[in-house]
Amino acid sequence: MRSEEGQRGSTAAAVVLSLMLLILVATTVYLFAARVYPMPPAITRVGHWIDRQYDLTLWVTGVIFVLAQVGLAWMVFRYRDRGQKVHFTRGSHVLELVWTTATFILFTTLGAMAVHAWAQVHFVSPAPGALQVDVMAEQFTWNFRYPGPDGKFAPTSPKDYSDSNGNPFGIDTSSKDQDDIVSPYLELPVGQEVELRLESKDVIHDFYVRELRIKQDIVPGMIIPIHFTPLQIGTYDILCAQLCGMGHNRMHSTLRVVSEADFQKWLKQQEAENQQ
Amino acid sequence: MSAEAHVVSHAPHAPRGFIRRYIFSTDHKVIGIQYWLLALAAVSVGMVLSWLFRAHLAWPNAAIPGFGGVMKPEQYLALVTMHGTIMIFFVLTVAPQSGFGNYFLPIQIGADDMAFPRLNMLSFWITFVAFLVLVSAFFTSAGAPINGWTSYPPLSAVGSIAGPGQGTGETLWVISIALFCLASLLTALNFISTTIEMRTQGMSLMRMPLTVWGWFVTAVLGLLAFGVLLAACILVLLDRLAATSFFIPAGLVFSDTQPPLTHAGGSPLLWEHLFWFFGHPEVYIAILPAMGITSHVLSSFSRKPVFGYKAMAYSLCAIGFLSFTVWGHHMFVSGMSPYSALAFSFLTLAIGVPSAIKTFNWLGTLWGGRIHFTAAMLFAIGFVSLFVTGGLSGLFLAQPSIDLPLHDTYFVIAHFHIVMGVAAIFGIFAGTYYWFPKMFGRKMNEKLGKAHFWITFAGAYLIFMPMHWMGIMGALRRYADPGGLPFLERMAPIDLFITIAAFITGAAQLLFYFNFFWSLRHGEKAGENPWHATTLEWTIPSPPPHGNFVEIPRVYRGPYEYGLPGYKEDFLPQHLTPEQVAKMAT
Repeated sequence: MRSEEGQRGSTAAAVVLSLMLLILVATTVYLFAARVYPMPPAITRVGHWIDRQYDLTLWVTGVIFVLAQVGLAWMVFRYRDRGQKVHFTRGSHVLELVWTTATFILFTTLGAMAVHAWAQVHFVSPAPGALQVDVMAEQFTWNFRYPGPDGKFAPTSPKDYSDSNGNPFGIDTSSKDQDDIVSPYLELPVGQEVELRLESKDVIHDFYVRELRIKQDIVPGMIIPIHFTPLQIGTYDILCAQLCGMGHNRMHSTLRVVSEADFQKWLKQQEAENQQ
Repeated sequence: MSAEAHVVSHAPHAPRGFIRRYIFSTDHKVIGIQYWLLALAAVSVGMVLSWLFRAHLAWPNAAIPGFGGVMKPEQYLALVTMHGTIMIFFVLTVAPQSGFGNYFLPIQIGADDMAFPRLNMLSFWITFVAFLVLVSAFFTSAGAPINGWTSYPPLSAVGSIAGPGQGTGETLWVISIALFCLASLLTALNFISTTIEMRTQGMSLMRMPLTVWGWFVTAVLGLLAFGVLLAACILVLLDRLAATSFFIPAGLVFSDTQPPLTHAGGSPLLWEHLFWFFGHPEVYIAILPAMGITSHVLSSFSRKPVFGYKAMAYSLCAIGFLSFTVWGHHMFVSGMSPYSALAFSFLTLAIGVPSAIKTFNWLGTLWGGRIHFTAAMLFAIGFVSLFVTGGLSGLFLAQPSIDLPLHDTYFVIAHFHIVMGVAAIFGIFAGTYYWFPKMFGRKMNEKLGKAHFWITFAGAYLIFMPMHWMGIMGALRRYADPGGLPFLERMAPIDLFITIAAFITGAAQLLFYFNFFWSLRHGEKAGENPWHATTLEWTIPSPPPHGNFVEIPRVYRGPYEYGLPGYKEDFLPQHLTPEQVAKMAT
């Protein structure tokens, strides 16, 4: 394989491939570093922790990415066939040990640092007194239920489910407790912790609000609680993130984070509508 | 095993009739080519499907030819479902393992065929039928399945009540995958038996080419993983057809006018666990053979031994072992115990270690070499670049807290397409350019091969890198269109960019098709050993005769003896005796 043909083609190919790798690195680093395409701003403390962990991971992987791709580009160019003799080697135990240990420590440290945000989402219970809202997902709408003036959720049963009668939660029609508030969108007071209890009546859906940095599958047969404290007044999209059938991409609703006063006003309004 | 046992061939003479020789053949080489051609047919279908749904994403309001106007959401979902299923099962599992593995594993270990040639033929034909069954789902009246390649119940288990695409099409999907699993189990048994039992004298484990290590470890994964998916498919088939409730809980309601379903007691999470217990090893089933091919080709064209051969072999085994302990990272948001997520997270990060070891050793193999930029070598180098890029985005998804925003977004699509889709395809291309001369006796055209590489390499990054940013901004997978959401509508220019890149990259594959079929007849004659390579496949005629070896060879050294100082030639083939080698010393 010391043919002249091999050597002739070698420099052109080496230059083109090295340049492609360098362009890849430059473009990628620019688009990430300049935050040309950012996540929407987080509106919870946990969201900010997740973002910090994301930034840290971006740094770590970014450095490895640059070193590896530039290293590859350099080797491709430097060791192109110019008829030279190879540096004969079968490997190095020392190097194997060094990079195995280094990557192990680096990766597990990264994993350990990610535990905090996850623990805040899943291992910490909501404070007593957190606002309770039931969420019922179905093909292809969202329903939200507040306990109403009595502070208690009415009993439900699948046999009473009826979207056409405005009873998507299947509130037991024989129960005395008929003051629950049912809404097609999620209204929350700013700065107050809320616990959502996620349920589905048909297939798997997923509650996803980008600004909350929360995504949680809603599995039929299970009630899955999640909790968070929205800190920013505003309107946010609630999306379904788990394929649930033909209308999956149209299954969205709105999260409206409002002041405490506006929230109380909204509750009163809903109660009044209930009594009509 | 004595040397004599090796010499006895399964079938000393090739069968004469066309059908026994080329259709229902038990020759591992014919079967390997059959698998390869099946994968080529499948990848062509899969790619056309992707063009169709990419066209819809770029021009959501335009009529797409053949769809009777603007594509409906269920048509879009059927296309992505079939694209994913075809690519993962019938391309990425078939070509690198069953295709190249069947052809070259026996030759590289000095055997005359696989251990069970008839079983081998049966595996291929079951796989072939599985493919026909899958594609037939397009022609059912209720439409092709729309549940994604992961097919989560209850959506996939309750039948037509859950909407379009849940009728016969989904049943055919399940049957197809069950058949595929059965065939893959038989293939895995064959590969394992062959590797353990049929190595020639001197072919110790640590003298096996890394390709053989790749195929062997992949076969072990296949044996353990496909059985689980086969069981899951049978259970979901019973849920669909026999009113059982393995995956369907009580009280499901799909319509105001119909009572709750009578199913009760099942768990959708059970399917997710079974599916991903298969599904994660599956990504390594796709990539390990490509890793083997990459190591093999990098060494051949750097004219140096593989750097850290033992570390490469052990890291393949480590990846194989760990691949069975990380399935939960697909389920961080599924509703499984959040405590188990931490274990899955650390194990997933741990599997990054042997992956990093492989990358360092590939760079070490290039370091100090004399690199020949053949088309095969370019694709192998491209594999390393893609594997690094796709592997690093895995570090984000391995952390459950970062997975919360990124799960099921285009970030994930970017990650797995680069690391196990495109990288594995690059492994297949590297293997094809490298072994074509052996398989067909002629070389593929190098100029066309290089042009194919430049466009495909640039194209792969242009298609999939932007998907990272779409995912970071919150774009979800399996969305047929922006659905009236302004933040998604604002990403339309990126979608258009990706679609154009996909069309150009796809069109460039015509270079490959042309090169492949043209070179069969008109390529430069290759001879026995055109790359001056060391392993046993290069010691026999191209294409190899039935039974491979006139006399089963004996092996005297490791597989990558390139560039040893003190010899006239820069490569020492495995089969040369010490006396022959001594004569080559300078």
